[in-house]
Amino acid sequence: MTTSAIMNENKPPPSPPPPAGEGTEGVRLTEQQLRARRARSIAIAVSLGVLVVLFYIVTLVKGPGVLVRPL
Amino acid sequence: MSVTVSRVEPSIAGVGDYLELMKPRVMSLAVFTALVGLVIAPTHLHPVIAFTALICIAVGAGAAGALNMWYDADIDARMTRTAARPVPAGRVAPGEALAFGVTLAVGAVVVLGLLVNVVAAALLALSIGFYVLVYTMWLKRSTPQNIVIGGAAGALPPMIGWAAATGGVAIEPVLLFLIIFFWTPPHFWALSLFRSEDYARAGVPMLPVVAGEAATRRQILFYSLILAPLGAAPWFLGYAGAVYGIVAVATGAAIVALAFRLHAEQNGHVASKQMFAFSILYLFLLFAMLLVDRLSAELIGRLAA
Repeated sequence: MTTSAIMNENKPPPSPPPPAGEGTEGVRLTEQQLRARRARSIAIAVSLGVLVVLFYIVTLVKGPGVLVRPL
Repeated sequence: MSVTVSRVEPSIAGVGDYLELMKPRVMSLAVFTALVGLVIAPTHLHPVIAFTALICIAVGAGAAGALNMWYDADIDARMTRTAARPVPAGRVAPGEALAFGVTLAVGAVVVLGLLVNVVAAALLALSIGFYVLVYTMWLKRSTPQNIVIGGAAGALPPMIGWAAATGGVAIEPVLLFLIIFFWTPPHFWALSLFRSEDYARAGVPMLPVVAGEAATRRQILFYSLILAPLGAAPWFLGYAGAVYGIVAVATGAAIVALAFRLHAEQNGHVASKQMFAFSILYLFLLFAMLLVDRLSAELIGRLAA
């Protein structure tokens, strides 16, 4: 058995990745905080989606002159 | 040597808390008055662009509300009416409210400028800036005239709506601006009459706290006497029809009568509560009638054609 093999045997098994909501710095989110974060993330995603759709539709409405705006 | 690292507690703020930061009731009034400004404008805006303009105005008004709640959290915490707001209640951190408000304000102005026009965007920026910097940060804590001058911010939405439709400003939206501007003091002073203890506890120099109730009642009467003819002005200047004129004269007479009753009231706050409630109905009726007037004229025009 080589030296490196012996060293590997002595290493503790790799720890599993932290569960959702737990960072490597030890912040543990409560169920309430996780729910609130998820709700906020969904709201941000929906808002961004609405913005994208809005820009798309306005581009269709205004046509090629979309950047020509009255002052 | 030990080093203490402070950690910010992860947020528990829900979507509802952020919506509350936007002051939905104030926002709905801004959107409604902006809609009227947009509809009575002589040019027709594509419905998608009109919708975009209203969304931006709503978000801009919400941003101003969020920034107001961020800055005024100390005052809000001391007042019964506002102590349960997200920042003083601890559900939203002050920094979160500030970031939320700034993001929405910049977003609303930029999108309005890009998708509608620059004049409307500039007026929206002026409205948000005036409300946050002039009213909230300066006037509110320093003078009993805070809501008189600060009322200009809340009076701008019809002008923004008009500017969104036309790309400019004219006498009609200025008239609507003046109606809301002169409506604001009787409306807020009526509220502050029966909430004066709250304002005194928070150290906000509202007129009843600084000058007393009698002076406030006199001021409400003074502004109501200016407001009533101003409310009817769109009719006698020819910008609105007879239906609007009848409603404006009748409700204007009612608000003056209420102001006289409030002026005569020595004790209690029955008349001030009535004045506060009626002032909301008054403004809603005036603007709803402008909307009805314009839409019915358009319908009659189409039927005749």
